[in-house]
Amino acid sequence: MKKWKRKHLISLRELNPEEIEFILETTHSFREILERPIPKVPTLRGRTVANLFFEPSTRTRMSFELAEKRLSADTVNFSPGSSSVLKGETLLDTVKNIEAMKTDAVVVRHSSPGIPYFLASRLLHSTIINAGDGAHEHPTQGLLDIFTMLERKKKIKGLKVAIVGDIRFSRVARSNIWGLTKLGGEVRVVAPPTLLPPNIEKLGVKVFHSLSEGIKDVDVLMVLRLQRERQKESFIPSVREYRKLYGITLDKLKWAKDDVLIMHPGPINRGVELDPEVADSPYSVILSQVTNGVAVRMAVFYLLLGGEGWE
Amino acid sequence: MRILIRKGYLIDPGNGTEGERDILIEDGVITKIEPSLKEHKADTTIEAKGKWVIPGLIDLHTHLREPGREDEETIYTGARAGVKGGYAALCCMPNTEPPIDDPSVVELIQQKARSAPLKVYAIGCISRKRAGKALSEMGLLKEAGVVGFSDDGEPVMDSLLLRRAMEYSLLLDLPLILHCEDKRLSLNGVMHEGYYSTLLGLPGIPSEAEAGMVKRDLELARLTGAKIHIAHVSCQRSVEYIREAKESGVKVTAEVTPHHLLLTDKAVLNFDTNTKVNPPLRSEEDRQALLKGLKEGVIDAISTDHAPHLSTEKEYDFLEAPFGMIGLEISFSALFTQLVETGNISALEMVKAMSFTPAKIFHLPGGELSPGKLASLSIFNPKVEWLVSKDELESLSYNTPFLGNRLKGKFEWVIVEGKIVQEKGRIK
Repeated sequence: MKKWKRKHLISLRELNPEEIEFILETTHSFREILERPIPKVPTLRGRTVANLFFEPSTRTRMSFELAEKRLSADTVNFSPGSSSVLKGETLLDTVKNIEAMKTDAVVVRHSSPGIPYFLASRLLHSTIINAGDGAHEHPTQGLLDIFTMLERKKKIKGLKVAIVGDIRFSRVARSNIWGLTKLGGEVRVVAPPTLLPPNIEKLGVKVFHSLSEGIKDVDVLMVLRLQRERQKESFIPSVREYRKLYGITLDKLKWAKDDVLIMHPGPINRGVELDPEVADSPYSVILSQVTNGVAVRMAVFYLLLGGEGWE
Repeated sequence: MRILIRKGYLIDPGNGTEGERDILIEDGVITKIEPSLKEHKADTTIEAKGKWVIPGLIDLHTHLREPGREDEETIYTGARAGVKGGYAALCCMPNTEPPIDDPSVVELIQQKARSAPLKVYAIGCISRKRAGKALSEMGLLKEAGVVGFSDDGEPVMDSLLLRRAMEYSLLLDLPLILHCEDKRLSLNGVMHEGYYSTLLGLPGIPSEAEAGMVKRDLELARLTGAKIHIAHVSCQRSVEYIREAKESGVKVTAEVTPHHLLLTDKAVLNFDTNTKVNPPLRSEEDRQALLKGLKEGVIDAISTDHAPHLSTEKEYDFLEAPFGMIGLEISFSALFTQLVETGNISALEMVKAMSFTPAKIFHLPGGELSPGKLASLSIFNPKVEWLVSKDELESLSYNTPFLGNRLKGKFEWVIVEGKIVQEKGRIK
C-alpha cells in the first residue's frame, strides 16, 4: 500500500509523477462514492477545514465546501468582505486566529502568488491546500482536468493537449502544464505573444501563435477565460479580434482530432473564447470537470489529512 | 593620541600594495607605514597579525530613512550598522520624508550625524520633491554640503529636465546618481522577467527597463559633458552600454550591489520577500556579466543600496511587500565568503571597489592608506565565522535573504579619522 507523505498541496511543480498518479487513483474511489444514493462518508468526522477565499470565487469554493461536507468535515468560511482584513489586520494575524480555533486544514485562495507557502511556513499545525494563488498555481484544478482527460482518453502519455488563451495570467495553465508534462503528455500553448509569459517553452511546452496550427490533431482543447480587462491593458486590440483569431467555434474544431475533448475551467465567456454551440456540444466535458472537481478534492483531503474509513 | 597597528596585512588600493605592515597613527593622521616599526610608545596597540587592514569602507548608496521613517532606521542606527560592517562613511539617499531637496534637510542630517560613529554625507535631490518637474536648488544644496544629486527610485523621465540638470551640474562639479528604470516598462513588476517569473506567476521587470534608460542617460551625458554615476547596475546590456560610453569618453561611473553580484532570480523561488529588490535580482548570465564588468573596471564601485524595511511590511505577500534589502553589516563578509574565498575576485579588487574608488567618484576624503592621510581604516578578521541573525544586526530592520547564513570574516576594529569607533563588535 502506498503512503502519502506531504503535509501540504501547494503546487503540481513540486510533485513527482508517482504522487500525481496516487492522487488520481485515489480520486477514482471518491468518484464512485459520489454516484451512491447517499454520497457521504465519515472520513473526516470531527476534523475542521477553514476555507479562506481572499479573492472572489464561486465554483472552486463550492466544490471545496462540497468535498468537505461529503467527507463529514466541519467547515468554516472566510471571505474579506465580512472580515477584519478590511480593518487592517495582517494576513498572518487573520490566519493565526483561525488556526487558534484548531483547524486541521486551511484552503486558501489569494490574488498574490506564494501566499500558500507563506502560510505553510508560518502555521505550525494546519495543512495548507492551495485553491489558486495569483498566476502561480491551482493544483486541484490541474488534477481535476487531468482526471477528466484520463476518464475519457484512458492515458496521459502521448496525449496531445492544447491550452488556448490567456496563458500569461493563468494559474490553471501552469498547473496543467506541470501535471501533464510530468505524466508524459504533449502540451501546447496557443495564444497571441502578448498573452504568453517569457520563456514558457522552458516549462516543456510547444508554443503556437496560430490557432489552426496549434490545435492541429489535438486530443484535448483546453480553453481559458479571456478577462475583458486585457483589452484595456492593450494585451489584445479588441475582444472582437480575439474572438476571430482564438475564439473556439464549431467550424474551427475541424483542425483538431474528430474525438477532441473541449475543456474550460470556467466561468465561460460564451461567444468570446468559446461559442455556445461548442460549450454545449458532445465534445464538451466541462460539466464532468465540475463533478470530478469534488472527487479530486475529496481525495486530496483524504490523503493530506490521513482520513480513514472511506471504502 | 598614538595608535599602533602591528603586523596587519595591509591592502591599500591607493598604492596597489599588499603585505604585512606596522601602521602608526598620531592625532588622527597616519604618520608611518613600514614593514616593522620600532616604536613602542603608543597609547593603544592593536595586534593585527593575520588580519586585513584596509581603508575604511565608503558606501555611495545608503537609505538611512531619517527624516521620515525612523521606525525603519535612523541616522544613528544606520551608522552603527555601518561601523559594524567596516564602513567609515555613508552617502545617504534623498528619498526621505521630507526629501533632501532643501538645505534645511541637509543641515538636519548633518546635525544628527554628529553623534554618529562614522561620516555621513547627504545626496541632494535632482528635482523638487523628487517629482521630476522642476530642478531643486542644486547650488544651495551643494553649499549646504551634498556630495551628489539623485532622485533615486523616481528616475527623471523628462529627458529635457534631466538634460538641464546635467548641464547645471557642470557648474557644481558634482555627479548625478541615476536610478535607471523605465517606469512604464517595469509597471507592476516585482521580479526579473524570465523563466522564474513565469514559473512563479509573478509579474516581471525586463532587463530592458533598465538598459534602455541607461542608454538614454549615457546619451544625455555625452551631449552635456556631465559626470553621471549609474546606480545599482543589474543587467548585462547596461554593462555593455556603459563600457561603450566609457570607451568613447563619456564621464560615467557605475556601481553594483553585493546582492546583484551574489544572488540571482532563482533566489525568489521560495517567495521570500527579502529577495524583492529594485532593480530585481537578475539571471545568472547577468550576474556573470556584472562580475566581469567589475573586474574589467566597467563597473567602478560596490554599493550596498542598504534599504531597511520593517518586518511587518516585508512579512506580507510578494506583490505588496516593499522593494529593498539591508546590506551594511553583511556586504563585505558575504562578498568575501562567496567571491573572494572562491577566487572570483581578488581581495584588492573588492577593497578598491568599496573604498578607494567610491572616494574618488564623490570627491570624498579617505579610501587610501598613506602617511599624511587621515586615519580611517578597518581591520577585518577573515578567519572568524558568524551567523546572520536578527540579534546580531545593529540595523533597526533585518530584511535580508542572508538571515540564517553563516558568513566568513568580521570587522574587529574600525577607526574613523583617528578615533576607534568599533572594537570587537562594541560600538563607541
